[in-house]
Amino acid sequence: MMIPACRLADLPRGEAHRLDIDPPVSVFHTDDGELFAIDDTCTHQDASLADGWLEGCEVECPLHASKFDLRSGAVDAPPAKLPVRTHEVVVEDGVIHVRLSTQAPNLPPCVAARLAKGPA
Amino acid sequence: MRTVAVVGASLAGLSAARSLRKRGYDGRLLVVGDEIHRPYDRPPLSKEFLTGAVGETELALERDDEELGAEWVLGARATGLDRAERAIRLADGRRIRADGLVIATGAAARTLPGTAGLAGVHVLRTLDDALALRADLARGGRLVVIGGGFIGAEVASTAYALGLDVTVVEAAPTPLAGPLGETLGGVVSALHADHGVRLLCGVGVKGLGGERRVEAVLLEDGRRVPADVVVVGVGARPCVEWLEGSGIPLDNGVKCGADGRTGVAQVVAVGDCANWYDPRTGAHRRVEHWTGALERPDAAVAALLAHGATEPGLPRPPYFWSDQYGVKIQFVGHAAGADSVRVEEGSTDDRSFLAVYRRAGRPVAALGLNQPRLFTRWRRQLASATT
Repeated sequence: MMIPACRLADLPRGEAHRLDIDPPVSVFHTDDGELFAIDDTCTHQDASLADGWLEGCEVECPLHASKFDLRSGAVDAPPAKLPVRTHEVVVEDGVIHVRLSTQAPNLPPCVAARLAKGPA
Repeated sequence: MRTVAVVGASLAGLSAARSLRKRGYDGRLLVVGDEIHRPYDRPPLSKEFLTGAVGETELALERDDEELGAEWVLGARATGLDRAERAIRLADGRRIRADGLVIATGAAARTLPGTAGLAGVHVLRTLDDALALRADLARGGRLVVIGGGFIGAEVASTAYALGLDVTVVEAAPTPLAGPLGETLGGVVSALHADHGVRLLCGVGVKGLGGERRVEAVLLEDGRRVPADVVVVGVGARPCVEWLEGSGIPLDNGVKCGADGRTGVAQVVAVGDCANWYDPRTGAHRRVEHWTGALERPDAAVAALLAHGATEPGLPRPPYFWSDQYGVKIQFVGHAAGADSVRVEEGSTDDRSFLAVYRRAGRPVAALGLNQPRLFTRWRRQLASATT
């Protein structure tokens, strides 16, 4: 499924844009001008990676400093142990789109439990 | 170097072992730990682990697919170091010789004198401490926390969530005044009162009442606070007794340069036991934060592998977090040197704000409550600022 995120011109380098879908996905625009999309929720605990510290191709969780590689979703620093999903980014006519991964997300235990209960 | 020994098997030791391999060291690697456990995450011990929301498996710091190629020597306490031979003596009589040494023996919880052997009295540092405390909290009743610092406050918050009747006793007039300053230390410790947890300040503890099991905390002003469980959260001391007489410089832990080197060739120190020189403040400072144990070993390992021929970089300013009563508390920098503090966003009444500490107009620290996005921006800004 392809979802429009935002206009490329509206996402400066070094910034992130969060898509409020369930589970949320964030698009990162690196300082080198590359675009990456990953699940927004840290796999360790409920925190938004779009609020985190973007450096090179790595984002650091704003709470507990877990680091994820934006290219692969792999964990580069603990306490997280599971990777985040990555999603394909397509830019068409100046608009960033995200093609969602069909894999299962690695959500932290507290969020997974909430989702399992269904909408509140 | 053909053998490197890392003494200490918690986050700092594990981070050092990881850095050694990442930086291409392919020789023998020993990791010595006094606890029997593989490296585990300590922050949840006062929070999710204590409530039972996460278990031992989730605390493991190593990934399932991780292969460090290390020999783990666990349940083995280091008791001495022969500097000439660079040999570590262990409590069981074994000796381990190494060409390079990473000291990561951490810190131990301070205790109250004369309380040993009294049931129901706890400290909280290790997994075994947490298991014992969790079992005792499950009995319910009245908890008295001695010490209004972060560990004490987190335990109080968790016990409140578990339904216990909680009192916090703090000797200083304002809890957390050291790390956060008087004003914001007062704001953060007001979270206790927000939730009906009693906070008694400016009064010391004279002793504990009870024969076999604790029954009360006796205060210096004569008050007696009934207790079924007591947690002593009065700080930690660096575990460096084993290095006395070894020639490794000791001063509030292992005295180190700005990248963990000790002044003794091929010996570096990291984590809670290491008193690193801080180029930002021009003084030595022993940092007990999780993120220091995570980030700093890489610089120390770089110095070790280069035989000291590296220039120390500027480490990130110290950062820590705390979770209390559902509020996310984050702090970066040094409050001690500040001459002003101002709330830049939100309000202290809402328990959601970002405050910046300044010295001569320059930001030196920031505190965020429930402001992770804005806080991260300030954290970056403080890291990019030079000395």
